Amino acid sequence: MKYVPPGQPGSIVSVKPRYENFIGGKWLAPTHGKYRVNVTPATAGPITEVAESSPEDVELALDAAHAAKDAWGETTATERAAVLNAIADVIEKNAEMLAVAESWENGKPVRETLNADIPLVVDHFRYFASAARAEQGSSTEIDKDTVAYHFREPLGVVGQIIPFNFPLLMAAWKLAPALAAGNCVVLKPASPTPWSILKLMEVVEDVVPPGVINVITGPGAEIGKALATNTRIAKIAFTGETVTGRLIMQYAAQNLIPSTTELGGKSPNIFFADVMDHDDDFLDKAIEGLVLYAFNKGEVCTAPSRALIHEDIYDEFMARCLVRIAAIKQGDPLDTETMMGPQVSKQQIDKIASYVDIGKAEGAEVLIGGHRATMEGEFATGYFYEPTVLKGDNKMRVFQEEIFGPVLAVTTFKDDDEALEIANDTLYGLGAGVWTRDGNRAYKMGRKIKAGRVWTNCYHAYPAGAAFGGYKISGVGRENHAMMLDHYSQTKNLLVSYSTKPLGFF
Amino acid sequence: MSKSVISPRITATPAAREAITRLRAARGGPVMFVQSGGCCAGSTPMCFPEGEFIVGDVDVLLGDIDGSPFYIDKRLDEAWHQDVFLLDVAEGPPEDFSLAAGDDLHFVTLSPGCATPGS
Repeated sequence: MKYVPPGQPGSIVSVKPRYENFIGGKWLAPTHGKYRVNVTPATAGPITEVAESSPEDVELALDAAHAAKDAWGETTATERAAVLNAIADVIEKNAEMLAVAESWENGKPVRETLNADIPLVVDHFRYFASAARAEQGSSTEIDKDTVAYHFREPLGVVGQIIPFNFPLLMAAWKLAPALAAGNCVVLKPASPTPWSILKLMEVVEDVVPPGVINVITGPGAEIGKALATNTRIAKIAFTGETVTGRLIMQYAAQNLIPSTTELGGKSPNIFFADVMDHDDDFLDKAIEGLVLYAFNKGEVCTAPSRALIHEDIYDEFMARCLVRIAAIKQGDPLDTETMMGPQVSKQQIDKIASYVDIGKAEGAEVLIGGHRATMEGEFATGYFYEPTVLKGDNKMRVFQEEIFGPVLAVTTFKDDDEALEIANDTLYGLGAGVWTRDGNRAYKMGRKIKAGRVWTNCYHAYPAGAAFGGYKISGVGRENHAMMLDHYSQTKNLLVSYSTKPLGFF
Repeated sequence: MSKSVISPRITATPAAREAITRLRAARGGPVMFVQSGGCCAGSTPMCFPEGEFIVGDVDVLLGDIDGSPFYIDKRLDEAWHQDVFLLDVAEGPPEDFSLAAGDDLHFVTLSPGCATPGS
């Protein structure tokens, strides 16, 4: 089926002409009254207008968050969990609407938002509702009359800056643990995808106490910086590229506050020869595992963008993968039959085209794709790129740098040692995939690959409860797990003496 | 950080030079560039007010464009093994914390001799 685009007659998504900032539970116009057109990458046509905020708006959001933080920080875990569960329930009730809104704004196919993004958002809030309830402090008997009590206390008000590739799921990944730990948040969405988060705020505004979540939209150089450098935040979290990642950590250092960063990857997906021992479901799954580079049109920090295939099976395995890639249906992201939508922006598709040219100039062989995709009708102006495979070697730039598009770099290896060497020959260390029928090999490879997440005989699963984060220059910190509560709280130690005797020193 | 550059490895298109001149005039001060990597807007050069980004021993100075220095992380530089970078501007606003190259414009780096973006 095809969903009607948001704002058009018959659509399940209503669109206002313009959207203000969500601050203190209210919709506040930006101080300078400036707005920016928000477009859909499917047609490059406008969806609505969003606030082009300024540093004054950051201060207003921080005022609201600080006004709310004491009451929110003193709620019981029971009360906070109830709010998180209420958020999950109301999102679930509006899942289809949010899936369509996010698909239209980001370009990701609606079958992904319906089946992955939004259900994961819902589950993420429920997971952290449970984690908040299960949290325990500790007490240590220092000696028979002295006890050290450890309590988890919220940081206060935290800043969060999120990326465009999973607008709602990345919001959930950052919001849920922060709220569960008792913090109030000022969140800045990515410039290409602010609107679907504002739709999310419309959905949750009645169940979240005012000021606990505040969302401001606008340019990173203005409001991102004003937020990250602000002395009124107690922590900053960021997902994006490495230079802004360093800047975030620099600002955090200057303010002496913690930061967490997730900065991308160039993840190897390794296929050992035994995947072709049988022509069965597992082989079918492994082929799909390679083609998952096209999931979310490759705009995933952990995209399996380097395929390493054992030389003995390369020809036959790749031939079967290419048949599957050729069958990828591109088009209207709101058509449930569409498998790959448009890239998020003109900037992104231009960058992808540039990288494919760089790959060709370096001698990489184009096995499939390699061009902008030609679309019909209203989608002719959208940012569609063909699913592409480049064969080359790991020293090429297309193997070393994150393209953030549907471009797979593929190479071969001769044995386990070479597979490991190629897999780890990268600056990044966010994700990896290992495909083999041999459990011992899978375990050994998984432990030796320098990456925070090694999918073993699967890929692109993001369940709450599985820690996610980078090794090497892929960032600092972990998300998606109860350990995230550590990143959003500080430890209070009460060291209590139950002895009535003086020390005797003075 | 490398302070002296014998043979500048950064060059710029007239459009990029004009954008820098406009930015300097509008901001009343010089700007700097740092080549990025990683996810989302990775691979694009980030433009900041000069001194905003603290460069360290890990950064290489590729040269300067009319007084605006251009840096790259030496690990990225080694992985990319690209001799010369060409700074240009392209349509669309910048991402993350970079300054814009003008109204609805952002800076990009190209490999001279390679096709330009969008082709």
